[in-house]
Amino acid sequence: MTRVRGAPLGVLGAAAVGVVVLIGIPLVTDTFTTFEFANVAVFVIALIGLNILTGYSGQISIGNGAFMAVGGYTAALLIKKAGVPYLLTIPIAGVLAGLAGFLFGIPALRLSGIYLALATFALALALPPVINNYERLTGGNGGVILRAAGVPDFLGGALSNEQYLYYLAWSLAGVLFVFARLIIKSGTGRAFMALRDSETAAVASGVSLAYHKTLAFGLSAFYAGVAGALLAILSRFVHPDTFGLPLSIALLTGIVVGGLGADLGPVLGAVFVVWLPYFAEKTAGLRLGGVVIPGKPDIIYGAALILIVFLAPSGVAGLLARAGAAYRGVRGRAVVPDLLGGPLVVDPIAEPADEAQT
Amino acid sequence: MQSVPRAGLRRLAMIAALALSAIACGAQQASTQQAKQDPGVTSSEIVLGATYPLSGSASYYYAIAKGATAYFKSVNDKGGVNGRKITYKVVDDGYNPANTPGKTRELVEQEKIFASFGNLGSPTNTSVRDYYNENRVPQLFVFTGASQWGGQYEKYPYTLGWQPDYQSEAKIYAKYILQNQPGAKIGVLYQNDVYGQDYLNGMKAGLGDKASLIVSTATYNAGDPVDMKSQVTTLKNSGADTFFVVTTPAYSASALVAMANLGWKPKIYLNDVGASAVTMLGVVKTLGRSEAIDGMISSQYLKDPSDPQWANDKGIQQYRDLLARYGDGCEVKDNFCVAGMASAFTMVDVLKKAGSNLTRKNVVDIAATQLNESDNFLLLPGITVKTSKTSHFPITQERLQRWETDHWVPFGEVVSSRG
Repeated sequence: MTRVRGAPLGVLGAAAVGVVVLIGIPLVTDTFTTFEFANVAVFVIALIGLNILTGYSGQISIGNGAFMAVGGYTAALLIKKAGVPYLLTIPIAGVLAGLAGFLFGIPALRLSGIYLALATFALALALPPVINNYERLTGGNGGVILRAAGVPDFLGGALSNEQYLYYLAWSLAGVLFVFARLIIKSGTGRAFMALRDSETAAVASGVSLAYHKTLAFGLSAFYAGVAGALLAILSRFVHPDTFGLPLSIALLTGIVVGGLGADLGPVLGAVFVVWLPYFAEKTAGLRLGGVVIPGKPDIIYGAALILIVFLAPSGVAGLLARAGAAYRGVRGRAVVPDLLGGPLVVDPIAEPADEAQT
Repeated sequence: MQSVPRAGLRRLAMIAALALSAIACGAQQASTQQAKQDPGVTSSEIVLGATYPLSGSASYYYAIAKGATAYFKSVNDKGGVNGRKITYKVVDDGYNPANTPGKTRELVEQEKIFASFGNLGSPTNTSVRDYYNENRVPQLFVFTGASQWGGQYEKYPYTLGWQPDYQSEAKIYAKYILQNQPGAKIGVLYQNDVYGQDYLNGMKAGLGDKASLIVSTATYNAGDPVDMKSQVTTLKNSGADTFFVVTTPAYSASALVAMANLGWKPKIYLNDVGASAVTMLGVVKTLGRSEAIDGMISSQYLKDPSDPQWANDKGIQQYRDLLARYGDGCEVKDNFCVAGMASAFTMVDVLKKAGSNLTRKNVVDIAATQLNESDNFLLLPGITVKTSKTSHFPITQERLQRWETDHWVPFGEVVSSRG
């Protein structure tokens, strides 16, 4: 098989097609579609973070929306109250949220499995009312309204506002995607996975439980914070309910549907999280004459979700990998984490072979 | 390193192109519309849209949109406005401002509405006011009484309210108090947000240099447990002899029941927001008698379909007929259906006035500065929907009403607090 520096040509080709499609989307679609795909990038970033925590480290979080809230409100308030340039708020938001995640990780050390999930759930449930309560700082139920970010001058009017935000969001997503991959392929990433598969065995092999668990929380929250800041800048409005429980659940749903512990999981999950509700609503809405009668989009959303989980238990990424493997006639075996019990062997997900590199 | 074969490259390019064109087709055709015309208007159609709570705890407001839709349908069946039929697209934001921006983008950029009409709620409409004005899309006749809708016209010329604003209403009570109870000692109970503060500020402004007549205030937050006993006790103990109640229906009932049970007998002024006859009948039923709230004062600008005095009114008859044909479940006695239909009448009025010059700019200009509608069949007689170069509050007139045993009785002239 033809290889370029160790990666199979098919993978490189798919990546090339992906990049061309991503660059092309804002050039061939309307502002609404462009904007929604910019939102996809926001969720890609948040889901990469959740993937590090849940997919690779095996810590279930139903609370990453809360870390997005930290990032979103940090960015919005810095812009609104302190006049900080939009782009500068993104790293600040990431670091602050990361710190919050790291701190949350410390008590979380004592919890695991379903108990940790409940603790993060509580976080997601409690934060919006807290934000609402500090009205003088956060604007309470009125939220924080931002002016449009504006396209930088050096682009010379070449891009519309939506196009600029789109490329900004996807550039960040790209950089953070590579960064996450580097971590996962490093010793730290292997330690994460070792903890996921068996804490006892990992600790016995010298992996520091406290260090790696809190680090995973911190990294995950950093990603959530960046995503939250981007979301604030894109939608130009933050409200306590922007980051409510439904967001946290959408994140968890997204990463499970996309593919836990798979590189492409966050991308596929993000497309799902942004677009499925939209199509569910379109499908449910009946048009009679001049009136649109709303149906029950939640039912369609739920049905689609159940279908996906049945047909692709290892996520859409797993399904794609399986299809690819079948196409090539390659048989491999890969381990997909079972979060509640031991490792579950799913057959056959072919990881891009890395043997050419060391 | 091996180079990628050229055939492979060509195939990749083809796949990418295919994928892109699929996305482009999935997205609706964007820029094929004729250049000069604003979006949402063709020779046969005008597309309007709105965000409403169609689901969740505030979905009873959906009746407003249904009332409006019923009127639009009746206009369409008679040939539309200058041959154009009105399409009214209502999307669900759950009365949650976190959802409104996305839904609004969908309406404007996907559904290509010409204008939004009747969007519900203060926080929801506030969250998208900048968006509408930057994109020069009309945000007309929003359903909220906050005074900011008419008061910030210079900054937000594409945004306009419709119903009487809360400050105006409070000023009407203030005027009445100054004339009839010059020595009143007023205790105010209000919801601690923009809505409640609007009423309080209106009362203070209306009293002017007599603002010290307000001797005490007490507040609650939306969502608090519905028990106003401690607030009412505070007001009673302050020595107040006049009770200004600025609360939504459930809290109004609680406050009035608490007042009666504490043996407090003040003169009561109840804001329109919490004054539905259904709520007051509940209070009477709970207390087992009506004396405690008899003589209580509130205000109204719409005809109340359950008021016997309108039983043979032509406007209310037309309303009943339209609901029977196009009502989609709107209940006749529901005041929200009345409000929706009455506001749709104003909207059609504006579109008619615009005639063939159907641009967004012209339509907001007419709505915000040239309205003069005295024939709205569901407003109380004498009330004119009016705007001018200096006033951008379409309805500023109301009529006082007094509670008697089991219903509201209007009294006095139609009064106004704005020009």
